[in-house]
Amino acid sequence: MTGLMKGKRGLIMGLANDRSLAWGIAKQLHEQGAEMAFSYQGDALERRVRPLAESVGSDFLIECDVSDMDALDTAFATLKEKWETIDFVVHAIGFSDKNELRGKYLDTSLDNFLMTMNISVYSMVAVTKRASEMMPDGGSILTLSYYGAEKVVPHYNVMGPAKSALETSVQYLAMDLGPDNIRVNAISAGPIKTLAASGIGDFRYILKWNELNSPLRRNVTIDDVGGAGVYLLSDLSSGVTGETHHVDAGYNVIGMKAEDAPDIALEK
Amino acid sequence: MSDTADRVKKIVTEHLGVEADKVTEDAAFIDDLGADSLDIVELVMAFEEEFGVEIPDDAAEDIATVKDAITYIDKQNA
Repeated sequence: MTGLMKGKRGLIMGLANDRSLAWGIAKQLHEQGAEMAFSYQGDALERRVRPLAESVGSDFLIECDVSDMDALDTAFATLKEKWETIDFVVHAIGFSDKNELRGKYLDTSLDNFLMTMNISVYSMVAVTKRASEMMPDGGSILTLSYYGAEKVVPHYNVMGPAKSALETSVQYLAMDLGPDNIRVNAISAGPIKTLAASGIGDFRYILKWNELNSPLRRNVTIDDVGGAGVYLLSDLSSGVTGETHHVDAGYNVIGMKAEDAPDIALEK
Repeated sequence: MSDTADRVKKIVTEHLGVEADKVTEDAAFIDDLGADSLDIVELVMAFEEEFGVEIPDDAAEDIATVKDAITYIDKQNA
C-alpha cells in the first residue's frame, strides 16, 4: 500500500540519529507521502537531525526544549506560521539521569524523579494540548513507551513509573480529544539499541533476554516500529485511540523463560 | 598498520566527517577531532557493530583516542 499519508503534515519530536525509533517512523511516513517538520533540542542534535530531515525532503527544523512552556509555545507558533494545520505528531521524548538507570529504584532522588516525569510525561500532555489546537479536522498523536511501564525490568527504574504515567496519560488525553476526532496512542516497543537505550545499565542483557524469549525469537527493529507508526498515524487505525500497542516480537505475553532458551548470565 | 586500525579509522573518519589524515592513532576524539559526547556514544555503538565486541560503559569512558579504541578492540578479539 502506498500513499497512506499523502496530504498529511506533521511534527516529529525527539529524533536523535539514524538508530532512533522516531527515524524508523519518519522514514516510513515519508515513503507513504507525509510532509514532516522536525523539532530538536540544542546544536548537537541539530547537527544530527538536519541531514536526516533533508534526506526525507524536509528543511523545516524547529528548536524546542519541551521542559520550557514558553519555548513550546514559540515552537508551535513557528510551526503555525508555516502550516496553519497539522495532522499528526510523533512524541519520541524521554529523559532521566543515567546514573539512576542502574542500581535500585529505591534510591531515586526527588530532583531526578521530577525531571524524568516532567520531560518524559508532562511534555506529552503539553505537546498534545498545543498540537490539538492545530487539528481542526482531527488528527493522530503518537508517543513511545516500553514494557518497563507494566512490569519490572532491571535498571529501567524511574523510567518505569514515568512510562506508566505516560501510558495512562495517553488514555486520558484520548478521552479529552476523542470528540474532536483526535486520536492519541502509544507504541510499546521492544528493546532496541538507540542513543537513549545506551544510558540504561546492562542493556545488552535485556536485548539478549528478549531475543531468546519473545514468541518471534528475535528483537524488533526501528522498521518494525515504523510500520506500526504508519498504521497508528494514518487512517488505517481510524477506530483506535487510547491504546498502547506492543511492537515487541510478542514479549509482553510471556510468563516465563522459553523452554528452548538457554540460561544466560550477565556478562561482567 | 593492522586491519583493526584501518577499520577503526574508517569509522571515525566517516562518522565525524573529518579528513582521513587527521585521524592518527594519537588523535583524541574530543580534543583533536571535534567529537561531542553523543559522538562518543555513537562511535562506541559503531565499533561494537563492526567488530562484534561489547564495550561496557566503564570501558567506553577510558577510550579517548583512536589508539585506545584499537587497543581495546584487539584485546577483546584476541
